[in-house]
Amino acid sequence: MAANWNLALKREALMARARITQEIRRFFIEGGYLEVETPLRIPAPAPESHIEPLPSNGWFLHTSPEICMKRMVAAGYDRTFQLCHCWRAGERGQLHVPEFTMLEWYRAGTDYCGLMDECEALVRSVAEGVGSGGMLRFRGADITLSSPWQRISVREAFLQHGRTSMEEALQRDIFDEVMVELIEPQLGMSRPTFIYDYPASRGALARLKESDPTVAERFELYIGGVELANAFSELTDPQEQRSRFESEAAYRAAQGRTPFPLPEKFLQELAAMPPSAGIALGVDRLVMVLLDAAAIDEVVAFTPEDL
Amino acid sequence: MYSVADLKKGLKLTLDGAPYVVIAFEFSKPGKGQALYRTKMRNMITGVILDRTYRSGETFEPARLEERQMQYLYKEDTHYTFMDNQTFEQVQMGEDAVGEAKNFMIDNLPVDILIYGEKAIGVTLPNFVNLRVVQTDPWVKGDTSGSDSKPATLETGYVLRVPPFIEEGELIVVDTRSGDYSTRVKG
Repeated sequence: MAANWNLALKREALMARARITQEIRRFFIEGGYLEVETPLRIPAPAPESHIEPLPSNGWFLHTSPEICMKRMVAAGYDRTFQLCHCWRAGERGQLHVPEFTMLEWYRAGTDYCGLMDECEALVRSVAEGVGSGGMLRFRGADITLSSPWQRISVREAFLQHGRTSMEEALQRDIFDEVMVELIEPQLGMSRPTFIYDYPASRGALARLKESDPTVAERFELYIGGVELANAFSELTDPQEQRSRFESEAAYRAAQGRTPFPLPEKFLQELAAMPPSAGIALGVDRLVMVLLDAAAIDEVVAFTPEDL
Repeated sequence: MYSVADLKKGLKLTLDGAPYVVIAFEFSKPGKGQALYRTKMRNMITGVILDRTYRSGETFEPARLEERQMQYLYKEDTHYTFMDNQTFEQVQMGEDAVGEAKNFMIDNLPVDILIYGEKAIGVTLPNFVNLRVVQTDPWVKGDTSGSDSKPATLETGYVLRVPPFIEEGELIVVDTRSGDYSTRVKG
């Protein structure tokens, strides 16, 4: 009899998880993507207000592979994907472990709308590949994966579910609270939802929308109220990117947190980056949704508390 | 003083001057947004339930409560009776105040009773309690995978998942914080 009974009990979930990552690889390889590996330990993460990297011997464990993967796009690798571990300090909950598995992919010559289509195709293909079919049952909700998935702008979502406008929520500094308490629980409940066009201030590496520069071309995918993926049309203007990084750095400094060195090589090479879009999808959460798991703990072999 | 990092189910704190117990807790982080700590709290005197969301950096006063060592005696209708080990004074508590603790309370179990003013308003259990299995299906011989589980009913009526080798009548150790099977009592 297994000495660690709780770990032994996870066998089925871990077998399904392995099939899911195999299906992800198959989808991208068949789509002409190159699987890449970039360093997990980097000298300078992309500064973001609310993501805290773990220091590692003078450098940092990456919080996502975006800096290196965008340098690859700039160097002409027009379709790449990566499955890797990422670290974010202090994040632990039903949907969070500080070390988690990310799927990130980049595609030149498309924008965030193109990625919505591709993201939809990926999730449907993986669900079919692991036998979940076109219907999911997650947290008591029946969710159909058939087309078309819902697409709603952040502005519309605030008016529909948030009892306030996006602008007012920003001005009163309650954007995140309204999002978490009122909007997120309504997203992706009968079919997956893409929520798009986030306030410009909330997409440090995203391109602003030409027809409405108060918002960034960014979207998130929700299934059953759970945020699965974040994507944007990439900002390719090095000056603009530098000034955004500087304002994120100023925000960190104002909070008394250690400033990061700027990722200079990335900023230099950004000018060569073609129009492109990139997306990060939480693999642990995709497994949760496909297996109807209540907590991330059920789909990873070890949580930090188990070590 | 507690910080948001201390928030968890069962934490007792003071809010607007009244003692509250956290009954549900979730860490949230909307995409690219800040960390938010969502709680559901029960006023330990009135029973009123509040939803509150906190940001990083917020702090809380612990609940100012007297804790007395008692033992659980018996249940009558919807009331649970406990006895103070020193003074032999008996106190009663309703089902709401006892909450999920009722799943793990057997006669004479030593507990800490929370007193606010003169009133018993909460019970804190030992982290691990030995409880007897009163119903579970027998183990199908030959199943050596070790990776399945089966339901078992305890003497308190509580049902949980246990490993297949646990037999009816056996004593097991239950973690009262999670409500999960921990190990069998070696005897």
